[in-house]
Amino acid sequence: MSRLIKLTHGVAAYVEDTFVSLADEDAIPETGDVILSLSRFQLEGDALLSSNSRKVGVRIEPSEEVEALAYDLPRLALVAVAFPKFRDGRAYTSARLLRERLNYAGEVRAVGDVLQEQAGFMVRCGFDAFVPADGAGPEAWTRAVGRFRHVYQRAADGRPAALEERTA
Amino acid sequence: MYQYDAIDREFLVDRSNEFRGQVQRRLAGELTEDQFKPLRLMNGLYLQLHAYMLRVAIPYGSLNPAQMRRLAWIARTYDKGYGHMTTRQNIQFNWVKLKDAPDILDALAQVDLHAIQTSGNCIRNTTSDPYAGATAEEVDDPRVWCEVIRQWSTLHPEFSYLPRKFKIAVTASARDRTAAKVHDIGLMLRRARDGSLGFEVIVGGGQGRTPHVGPTIKEHLPVGRLLSYLEAVLRVYNRHGRRDNIYKARIKILVAALGAEEFGRQVEEEWAKIDAARADLPDTELARIRGAFAATPFETLPAVSEPFEAARAASPALQRFVRNNVKPHKKPGYAIVEISLKAQGQTPGDATADQLDVVADLAERYGLNDVRVTHAQNLVLPHVKLDDLPAVHAALAAADLATANIDLASDIIACPGLDYCALANARAIGVAQDIAAKFADEDRAETVGELKIKISGCINACGHHHVAHIGILGVDKKGEEFYQLSLGGSGAEDASIGKILGPALPADKVAGAIDTLVEAYLGLRNGEERFLDTYRRVGLEPFKEAVYVQAD
Repeated sequence: MSRLIKLTHGVAAYVEDTFVSLADEDAIPETGDVILSLSRFQLEGDALLSSNSRKVGVRIEPSEEVEALAYDLPRLALVAVAFPKFRDGRAYTSARLLRERLNYAGEVRAVGDVLQEQAGFMVRCGFDAFVPADGAGPEAWTRAVGRFRHVYQRAADGRPAALEERTA
Repeated sequence: MYQYDAIDREFLVDRSNEFRGQVQRRLAGELTEDQFKPLRLMNGLYLQLHAYMLRVAIPYGSLNPAQMRRLAWIARTYDKGYGHMTTRQNIQFNWVKLKDAPDILDALAQVDLHAIQTSGNCIRNTTSDPYAGATAEEVDDPRVWCEVIRQWSTLHPEFSYLPRKFKIAVTASARDRTAAKVHDIGLMLRRARDGSLGFEVIVGGGQGRTPHVGPTIKEHLPVGRLLSYLEAVLRVYNRHGRRDNIYKARIKILVAALGAEEFGRQVEEEWAKIDAARADLPDTELARIRGAFAATPFETLPAVSEPFEAARAASPALQRFVRNNVKPHKKPGYAIVEISLKAQGQTPGDATADQLDVVADLAERYGLNDVRVTHAQNLVLPHVKLDDLPAVHAALAAADLATANIDLASDIIACPGLDYCALANARAIGVAQDIAAKFADEDRAETVGELKIKISGCINACGHHHVAHIGILGVDKKGEEFYQLSLGGSGAEDASIGKILGPALPADKVAGAIDTLVEAYLGLRNGEERFLDTYRRVGLEPFKEAVYVQAD
């Protein structure tokens, strides 16, 4: 069963995962949706996207600049942003820039060491899909995301910040 | 003072509930210690040598009497009857049980206090001038900007898992009482020639293993652009700060590696891409926050108080207290009163629950409900009428809180050291007490004058030894505690890093060596010159000779 959780209007639910995430040494399957590393996408992405109707996503590692994808974003079904360790906070910046600077509207998926305790931060930075590493299901995820009634910053999720609530 | 509204209060309730759930999941084994550690740290909870330590945030070092009393109650109920003030204006409780921590956070939240981000690799509690709103030196009230940063940095979604901890200080006086130049970001409020208010932005100062006085990367940041600029600095750091080595992960290492100019250029480049309309606060919100601090209900008083003048003429003790602990206030008829937590034999920075209650009472009765914590681990009543000074002094004296030694040799900063801390190599408290005892003669201490002695029990430098006039660092030599002395540091506006004097000394030689240094200074000084200025004039050698010749 897929462990992919998708968040829609603050409610998390399991959804089918049609993508296969490929390591650079893996052969590309004949058919089906795939997620490639940034470097592999830059080498092989064009051919894949134009040769058949499958969807393609790109996996961004913390050391990679998400801006490198700007020109390709309209063609990507998803961007998977990797957390090699849950403590590595660079993924939050990557997600925010995807949403707020590069105006990416497709799926931004958290992969790697993805834990429910960080769910709130992820959602605020623009993640909308998650592959939890701690076995958290949709209920726990929905709870974690809705834990705080107020937020102090404007961020990628469009929630009104405290200062906007005060003047509303 | 800033008043929390329903939003701020509900936020603290939600935070407390979140942590209660996390503790339950940890106790049930659903979270590993590795997963739980950053969560508890971001709620101020450390695992120390003997117990958990809870560090409670005191935003910009400012407390009201109800909050003081709650801290006293926590000290009595969950600790051994005292709390410890830190060099970042917070308070620590050293004997906390994990299972009690959620209840303590609930009790704190009821008086608008919390432990959010007092530890962890996130933006820590912002520190400020303990004389804010009271000193005539300031060009603006720095608390306004601290409160702006408090809200912005609280559970910041992008900047809660930084490469390392991140500390910001804000000051608005030419005399810096915040150690701004040894912070990750120091913000110094200034007025430009055209009268506009801006920040000098200092980035990449710090202490620890690799001490740096931070370079200025922007001379005049218009105040209204503060949050977008901070966002740019933090984003450059979050993306490019080192994560492979905990000792090289602070922003000072990145700034030093790139050079201040290149780092500043990267910040400018990022700043230009940020949507200012979304990132910066609207003027109306800035005005709302400023309004909360502008409303201090001062009375119109004569500049001279007859009852006070009569009382000080009659009491040498009050006179001495006034000389050392009482500072000028911006309003006629008022004074700033420093309360030393460095009495002879006391652990520097510790206050008992009863003492906290006394200070709360005094703040309520005589101090416009305002108390501050200083980075030197003392307390301040920022707004006391001159008329009331004799009564305040008498009440402080009755609670053993009238030690007249602010900035003198016995006003020593010390970390908890090996008596409490899991990181320490050596004790700090005992050494501080031994040194203070050398200056128990108050006349002698006053003759010596301003002398900032600071002790750290390990290289992490929580006791600020690098920026002490005389710094003392505890080191471990084959299982024995030794102490390395350094001279000439300063954490103030004339910031500098101290220079190591010579080989480390055993514990029983430290206080004597300090005494020797002071005697050497008294022989060398010109007129009223401070120890630091004499050192800067004559250099290390005469001091080195005095200490090591005698040691041979």
